[in-house]
Amino acid sequence: MAKVLVVTSGKGGVGKTTSTAALGAALAQNGDKVVVVDFDVGLRNLDLIMGAERRVVFDLINVAQGVAKLSQALIRDKRLENLWLLPASQTRDKDALTDEGVRQIIDELRSKFDWILCDSPAGIERGATLAMRYADEAIIVTNPEVSSVRDSDRIIGMLDSKTVKAEQGEEVKKHVLITRYDPARAARGEMLSIDDILEILATPLLGIIPESQDILRASNVGAPVTLNDAACASARAYNDAARRLNGETIAMTVPVERKRFFERLLGRRAA
Amino acid sequence: MSINILRMFSRRTSSAPVARERLQILLAHERGQRGQADLLGILREEILAVVSRHVALDPEKVIVRMDRGKSVSTLEVDIEVPNDFDKRIAVAS
Repeated sequence: MAKVLVVTSGKGGVGKTTSTAALGAALAQNGDKVVVVDFDVGLRNLDLIMGAERRVVFDLINVAQGVAKLSQALIRDKRLENLWLLPASQTRDKDALTDEGVRQIIDELRSKFDWILCDSPAGIERGATLAMRYADEAIIVTNPEVSSVRDSDRIIGMLDSKTVKAEQGEEVKKHVLITRYDPARAARGEMLSIDDILEILATPLLGIIPESQDILRASNVGAPVTLNDAACASARAYNDAARRLNGETIAMTVPVERKRFFERLLGRRAA
Repeated sequence: MSINILRMFSRRTSSAPVARERLQILLAHERGQRGQADLLGILREEILAVVSRHVALDPEKVIVRMDRGKSVSTLEVDIEVPNDFDKRIAVAS
């Protein structure tokens, strides 16, 4: 049965779009049929991260307003044949999206895909509430930093009250994905620990993605990091997270600093 | 480099525990407030509806306030009624 998964955070710049692309590609590689949907109307970027920016003809708003059919707006990934993108509009604003329009699109996507990943815009306004509205599950992307954790807490409150599932007395299944984790700073006690974040948010952990140049490199060339360099630490962390979404039990690995003791002694400040 | 080594041995106080404590206090407060605005709005509407069935009220003079204490919270309902309200009931009935 199709699952609608919203990737959300409240705060901007924490890695929602990167995570949507990486997890979407990883789920597709496991054999599922996946669509990633950009809800960031007016500031779309998922097309760029997926490397499909030049192939956008119709978008979410066109479909919601009946200007285009869903099949005309969906873009098939060039690398994976069971991965698709539904881009957001770049020219319209968030008010062009209506609850009813989103409901119809999600319904239609449910009949065609195994996974529907909704990339939420930052904030708690209309775009973000519509992105989570029909979700079965949610990934709350959180950085180990006070403002991000505070916003995640707020978003968890919204997932528990403003979604269709919540209104029906059910619960959106929530997962915390910790991104931009810096092992060196964690070791020095300069960064909120994983345990601190999980205790404060009281939500299960889906994965820990280390801060990495690999992610920047993947976005430069327009490829999900899980496709661009499947062997790198962040891609492996995203792949594990995708398998956990599918119900597999995989031991959680906390990224550690790769430097050896002697290097640490000498190069501590450079870290 | 000598500074680096010094740093290592001079137990630098880490900032993460401070972050954790600040967050816990802040979120305890914010979670308490969450939904409270709605709850008070609903209470106010319903109290107003019930009371105004019997007393002519100025909706502006109905104040509903909630105070959250550590162990007990109080709900305060303050309704100002006109002096001749009982006469109006007599007329109404």
